[in-house]
Amino acid sequence: MDILRFLTAGSVDDGKSTLIGRLLYDSKSIMVDQLEAIERSTKNKEEGRVDLALLTDGLRAEREQGITIDVAYKYFSTPKRKFIIADTPGHIQYTRNMVTGASNSDLAIILIDARHGVVEQTRRHSIIVSLLNLPHVVVAVNKMDLVHYSQDKYNDIVIDYSQVAASLGLKNVTYIPISALNGDNIVEKSTSMPWYDGGSLLSVLETVEVSEDINLTEGRFPVQYVIRPQTEELPDYRGYAGKIISGIYRKGDKVVVQPSGIESTISAVELGGKEVEEAFAPQSVVLHLADDVDISRGDMIVKQDAPVQVAQEFEVVLCWMSNTPLVPRNRYLLQINSRNVRCVVKELEYKLNVNTLEKELSPVSAGLNDVVKATIKTASPIAFDTYQKLRANGGAILIDETSNVTVGACMITTQASEKPFWPEI
Amino acid sequence: MSAYKLDYLDQLESEAIHIFREVAGQFERPALLFSGGKDSIVLVHLALKAFRPGKFPFPLVHIDTGHNFQEALDFRDYLAETIGEKLIVRNVEDTIKAKGLTEQKGKLPSRNGLQTYTLLDTIEEFEFDACIGGARRDEEKARAKERIFSVRDEFGSWDPKLQRPELWNIYNGRINKGENVRVFPISNWTELDIWNYIRRENIELPSIYFAHEREVLEFDGRLVATNEFVQLHESDVVTRKTVRYRTVGDMTCTAAVESSASTLDDIINEIIATNTSERGQTRIDDRVSEAAMEDRKKNGYF
Repeated sequence: MDILRFLTAGSVDDGKSTLIGRLLYDSKSIMVDQLEAIERSTKNKEEGRVDLALLTDGLRAEREQGITIDVAYKYFSTPKRKFIIADTPGHIQYTRNMVTGASNSDLAIILIDARHGVVEQTRRHSIIVSLLNLPHVVVAVNKMDLVHYSQDKYNDIVIDYSQVAASLGLKNVTYIPISALNGDNIVEKSTSMPWYDGGSLLSVLETVEVSEDINLTEGRFPVQYVIRPQTEELPDYRGYAGKIISGIYRKGDKVVVQPSGIESTISAVELGGKEVEEAFAPQSVVLHLADDVDISRGDMIVKQDAPVQVAQEFEVVLCWMSNTPLVPRNRYLLQINSRNVRCVVKELEYKLNVNTLEKELSPVSAGLNDVVKATIKTASPIAFDTYQKLRANGGAILIDETSNVTVGACMITTQASEKPFWPEI
Repeated sequence: MSAYKLDYLDQLESEAIHIFREVAGQFERPALLFSGGKDSIVLVHLALKAFRPGKFPFPLVHIDTGHNFQEALDFRDYLAETIGEKLIVRNVEDTIKAKGLTEQKGKLPSRNGLQTYTLLDTIEEFEFDACIGGARRDEEKARAKERIFSVRDEFGSWDPKLQRPELWNIYNGRINKGENVRVFPISNWTELDIWNYIRRENIELPSIYFAHEREVLEFDGRLVATNEFVQLHESDVVTRKTVRYRTVGDMTCTAAVESSASTLDDIINEIIATNTSERGQTRIDDRVSEAAMEDRKKNGYF
């Protein structure tokens, strides 16, 4: 049994909350007392049907306004998998919440209302999924009951969306016609759509292969903390504590400590306090090196056979998350894994309006929810990979040092001057 | 299947250890809020995995409401001694006396609200900048929205609308003076995950989690252990039943469940079969209003 983390993109109007409620309900993850609470708050009871959407609205304001403000996490399990749902709001003003939810997801469910087909919002959600480089996408064409379960209608939407997916370079796209309200193709295959020969949504979620999304070839180990007991029994113990974010580490492996570039060899790997032969991503371990080198939090122990990029200047695609605008030459703190460095955002190359898809060249500033291409220069070098290549070592956040708030999410595209990966839209 | 594939419990464990080490790396004076309940016992177990053979970079802190089960208190002292880590206890009773606070009245007087005063005083006394807690997002819908690093102002308040975005596995623990961060390493665990992990790791628990005989009051469909803090009326129905606790909180606000589950296997089977949620079945304080937890969190509660 493993874990699938997924995100649902869509608005209340697309039936997103109903879909999540349906998944929880049909997988028997909703308890009687929770259901009773929903029944109490269901205002318009029709045909004794409870409003499953109410399950996902956690805050008072959300229930009052019938909207989702923030990312809510929901959990359910089947005998095959544990699922973690990031339920994010769909409206434009909450783009940053969707980016947040997507950053930790393996898969995105993009909801399309069968009556309306691919709309502006579908494109915007898909751009975010592409930006955050989610390895799997499920397009759920919802409300099929309202288009008389029409195969033609569904096929048209699949053709339309395929173009969006191709232009954004989305990988592994699966299409499913559903009705969240009636439960068609959610857990069981629907008898109303005999023409559909794929699996139900739950069976797709249960079987999509995510273990291959973990990179086991390029060893990256950001040091979080140094364990030094300095006791009588262990006077010289010095272990580097951290999580392997990619690759496999074995005793005897040649490594390079970045950004200093010092070389050494792994002398021991400890997992849960016991020495082991090898450890792999995403395990949290303690590494020991054969040489007495100066390593502290923020350094990265990299496998010598898979060099990392080390630079002070690089290009990023950046999603701005603050009400205070981003102005070129502003200074921030950049955090990538355990490393914090001061940085300056140099020129903004262009700004992408994720709603209209218009590109504005050399903008003077970026506002909340804007996506921009920018160059960042750091005060000291950082060790990174491009986000496209290695998600775990290509994402960074920007922190405003005066308020300490997280103001931006960066996906590193290249070392400055190299060719960008970002698909042309 | 690849040999390099982690089981879900291994994934959850690794994520929690990573969060613990982020706390150690980012804060100067963290603390682990320990209640004696199963979730905080699991936290201690994870901290051992994160920091041994070194010492914990934080003390265990218990805010004792004075309404705790003796079994939980005994276990707390036993555990702290066994692992050789520092335990700080602060009493709600002392805060009530020192500050002249008014206690709740009624049949089941809860000190849940008063607990927050002692917690905030303790944070101030030791200048804690981060408090690690065992809250889980599956417990309650306000908790479902909380970050893993949750910034609180000097009144301990949680502002759900002003939460920092939390991206990838990057945690921003930077705070202004007077603020502190509540950290929840087991945010992504469910009740069943906790029990499965306890079974897998063979983690010791206080005896009240297992079936035992106890005198209980039947109150509003729940079973509340009779004790000096519960005001009995002659019309009350008090019986002896075989029960266990699914959660361990204050004696006045935690209900027992009728059960003969005496082993971890029994408990897990019972939880798989149950149709009632953990808090719904055992927490009397959540039923006050739809937003009871949200309101408490805004006021500095855990």
